[in-house]
Amino acid sequence: MKYEIIVVGGGHAGIEASHIAAFKGHKTLLITMNKKNIGDMPCNPSIGGTAKGIIVREIDALGGIMGRIADISHFQIKMLNNSKGPAVRSLRAQADKTTYPKNMQNELENTPNLSILESTVEDLIIDGETVKGVILANGEKIYADAVILTTGTYLKANILIGAENTPSGPHGEARSNHLSDNLKKYGFTIQRLKTGTPQRIKASSIDFSKMTPEYGDDTYWTFSFDNPPAYKINEQQKCYLIYTNENTHKIILDNLDKSAMYGGYVTGVGPRYCPSIEDKLVRFKDKERHQLFLEPESLYYDEWYLQGFSTSMPRDIQERMVHSLSGLENAVISKYAYAIEYDAIDPLQIMPSLETKVIKNLFTAGQINGTSGYEEAAGQGLIAGINASLKLEKKEPLILKRNDAYIGVLIDDLVTKGTAEPYRMLTSRAEFRLILRHDNADLRLREYAHKVGSITNKQYQNYLDRVTKLKEGEAYLQETKCKITPEVKEIFIENQKEVPNATESLYNLLKRPEITMNFLEKIVENPLDNQTKEELEIQIKYEGYIKKTYKEVEKMKKLEEKIIPQDIDYKKVKNLASEARQKLEKIRPISVGQAARISGVNPSDIAILSVYLKKEYGKDE
Amino acid sequence: MDTTIAAISTNSLGVGAINIVRLSGPESIAIVSKIFTNKKFSTAKSHTIHYGYIKDNDTIIDEVLVTLMRAPKTYTMEDVVEINCHGGSITANKILELLYTNGAVPAEPGEFTKRAFLNGRINLLEAESVEDLLEAKNENARKLALNGISGKTTKLIQDLREKMVSLLANIEVNIDYPEYIDELQITKENITPVLTEIKNSLQKIVEESENGKKIKEGINIAIIGRPNVGKSSLLNALLEEDKAIVTDISGTTRDIVEGTIQYKGINLNFIDTAGIRETEDIVEKIGVEKSKKIQESSDITILVLNNNELLTEEDKELLKKVEQEKGVIFINKIDLTSKLPELKTTKKIIKGSTIKNVGLEELKEEILSEFSLEDMSYKDLTYLFNTRQISLAKQALQNINHVIEENKKDIPVDMLAIEIRESWEYLGQIIGEAYEDELVDNIFKRFCLGK
Repeated sequence: MKYEIIVVGGGHAGIEASHIAAFKGHKTLLITMNKKNIGDMPCNPSIGGTAKGIIVREIDALGGIMGRIADISHFQIKMLNNSKGPAVRSLRAQADKTTYPKNMQNELENTPNLSILESTVEDLIIDGETVKGVILANGEKIYADAVILTTGTYLKANILIGAENTPSGPHGEARSNHLSDNLKKYGFTIQRLKTGTPQRIKASSIDFSKMTPEYGDDTYWTFSFDNPPAYKINEQQKCYLIYTNENTHKIILDNLDKSAMYGGYVTGVGPRYCPSIEDKLVRFKDKERHQLFLEPESLYYDEWYLQGFSTSMPRDIQERMVHSLSGLENAVISKYAYAIEYDAIDPLQIMPSLETKVIKNLFTAGQINGTSGYEEAAGQGLIAGINASLKLEKKEPLILKRNDAYIGVLIDDLVTKGTAEPYRMLTSRAEFRLILRHDNADLRLREYAHKVGSITNKQYQNYLDRVTKLKEGEAYLQETKCKITPEVKEIFIENQKEVPNATESLYNLLKRPEITMNFLEKIVENPLDNQTKEELEIQIKYEGYIKKTYKEVEKMKKLEEKIIPQDIDYKKVKNLASEARQKLEKIRPISVGQAARISGVNPSDIAILSVYLKKEYGKDE
Repeated sequence: MDTTIAAISTNSLGVGAINIVRLSGPESIAIVSKIFTNKKFSTAKSHTIHYGYIKDNDTIIDEVLVTLMRAPKTYTMEDVVEINCHGGSITANKILELLYTNGAVPAEPGEFTKRAFLNGRINLLEAESVEDLLEAKNENARKLALNGISGKTTKLIQDLREKMVSLLANIEVNIDYPEYIDELQITKENITPVLTEIKNSLQKIVEESENGKKIKEGINIAIIGRPNVGKSSLLNALLEEDKAIVTDISGTTRDIVEGTIQYKGINLNFIDTAGIRETEDIVEKIGVEKSKKIQESSDITILVLNNNELLTEEDKELLKKVEQEKGVIFINKIDLTSKLPELKTTKKIIKGSTIKNVGLEELKEEILSEFSLEDMSYKDLTYLFNTRQISLAKQALQNINHVIEENKKDIPVDMLAIEIRESWEYLGQIIGEAYEDELVDNIFKRFCLGK
């Protein structure tokens, strides 16, 4: 059996990787332990969220499928941070845990060039320094020109509940026992990471009357740039907000030594951004209560997800903890919270293309690279799929820069700084977040996608149409004047806005912080569609700030353009601090810009490196 | 850094009782061994002192104590040797010469510190402080420089950054975890008070730093006045030396004559300007132009008037000019008959005589008090005091002011965060310690979130 590309793992990374490789015309095989788990959401029942929602839009702009499948699989959607400014707005959908995987499986089954095989991969076929295929648990060999590992949390996974430690993947699935050992044998550094998931509660046992409902937006939204909304606003489901109380805290603190974490049964490093409830109590002693959310998992079964209550306590304590919550006094726990430990590789051993430095033509994406989250996984899977394809096509890889996309920030952080805990994307990690908005993901990325052949002609045309509309819209706003007639004056006064002194173009009026597109519509009819309006309003109103960000981008670009030849021998660069030398040797940054972001590499090392490059290669200014 | 550098590290005039000649680099110990009589020296333990003679072939140059410090626990993190020889520049220079002939190379100014910085021994702020220490012109400047090293300045900046990062972390947590409404929600209303507090501290730092800069570099004082009122005599009297040419022909001073004295630990740089008047004499004309410029760039002006003459139109012009800036009026020649009318001015008037040495102390005192520097020598001198640091602090301040202004309008918090973050980074650059993940670390340290 011979394929061009094999993808190992059918989670969110594997889906995007295999789909895009097949889309680009490569004969692709997706190997998964269980076909029914393709697109499974083992943790929270949502797609998107702050920063993550922007990643989903970037995936869509680049030809990935997470966004459009989420669009047809959710029962609630909202725009987060609407009031906090355009740079940080982000969509989150409550995706149906039944529908989403089903739609994904359907999508993949109907993707030409893509085959799916149910099996477990335990080793790779290596020829010299290059991967040539995979070896299944039954010893069978399957050959390929490139392999993408998207194994999620399945490598030597252990599930921890209290003192119980069971070798198992999520929801009691089988785990991979040997692949990580074999990777270690080939030269990968393996690290042990930990994550967790909270309880699931039977809906029929919840007293919702004691809880605060949380609604979806009353505006239509889609992740996809190409498809119209497929849901009805008034059919959206509610989520609920509840709080822990004194009693809950007492139960937890009294039983701290019984938790897997505090009892010392966990060796993996857990993420700081999703600490278990016991962690939160220990670290934030002064807080009287903690917020929790109840979210429905699916319309087709009656389990609710208790967000914020992740724990590694034994079952009996979990019962008491849950029953201490208002509205959950009689709750039936259908699944207990657990912590899961798993093997991951050190992302410093992968290149910005997501090809490993250790083995050629081997790519990795998702949790195996030390990240957390469906969206982070999908973003990497897409890039790994595109770059594995490009490699076979003998083309340059697609490397998104920090000013191009959150996906660029994500990968750059991983391969430059490594990670000691599962990495979650946050808007605060993106220094150029003002230009990495949800609304302009297509404007930022569709040209790249078109160039590497990861979108359809129709998708590219949609983007071109939008660019045209924006140009026309801008011209319209500049040409259309607002005359200050007595009636217009009245409208300004009524809405408590400062009345302009003279006739002004709509464009200039929009520059004022308090004048919105919506307000202008009260005065002049506006033929622009909503998407165009939103985009132009942001571009015009925040022009000063956007320009400032671009200035910073230029500064960074100068350093990014100083390429470090890959044959550089850091031993020959005199006077580097020894920590810097070690880091540079290990990470082998592709540019001086990337080198400067490595922790432990100081400005003086960068100065020395630049001087060396200039001397040896005649580069650098 | 494969060369071994050497220099006299005490002051170059060699006025002290002891001079230190210092070497740094891989050959330091070997080079000194060639000219030092103590044979145990080259194999001795690190951080030990050795007695012996420095010899040029058979000639004894000096009886010395030599300190041996092996890498890496030295100032430059390289092998360092310090030769303590007797005072006077001749001996020290002779030893230095011997070191050069035996393989050492002359150190460039500040090269020891540069090596300390490049080898990672000290951070940027400390390096700059050391540079300043080396250049310190007077006692107060030395204190300022020492404070930089001891991290006092760093502490001050760190406190401000701490305030900023706590605001930023709160903004970021509101953005990244919008559903956690239990956390303090940062709004327009609660940003401004925090920023105003930061602004005030920062403003104080900037202002005092500029004063601090004056301590280091001195106050530039322009002496102006109509020709022959005694400007040069005043300068001479202040400097207690005949630096300016004094004659009774008006217009004698055609170039700028200047001199520096130390008064209460502060450098006072006096600059005598050519008499300001309309003139046809080309040479004098150039001098007059130049003196106008000097006056514009100085920190304070002394207007000299002649007690023995009536107020001329030119004097009136100059009085008007001085009124608009920092200045003091010195009425000279009070030993002669007073013809000068009562002056209408808000500036302090000091009457004196350069010939009789009257009023000069009062004048110097007045200049200091104009800058409220007088009591600075007793204060903790925790300021930024080089141009780079001050300009970074000013940029940070400018940003904060802009954010406060923008916050009065409908500007969303994510925009405001951009400039707050930038200010925070500027301050980080001053102390050379900003690292990228600091903010993210802070979010997790301060707030409690997640699944």
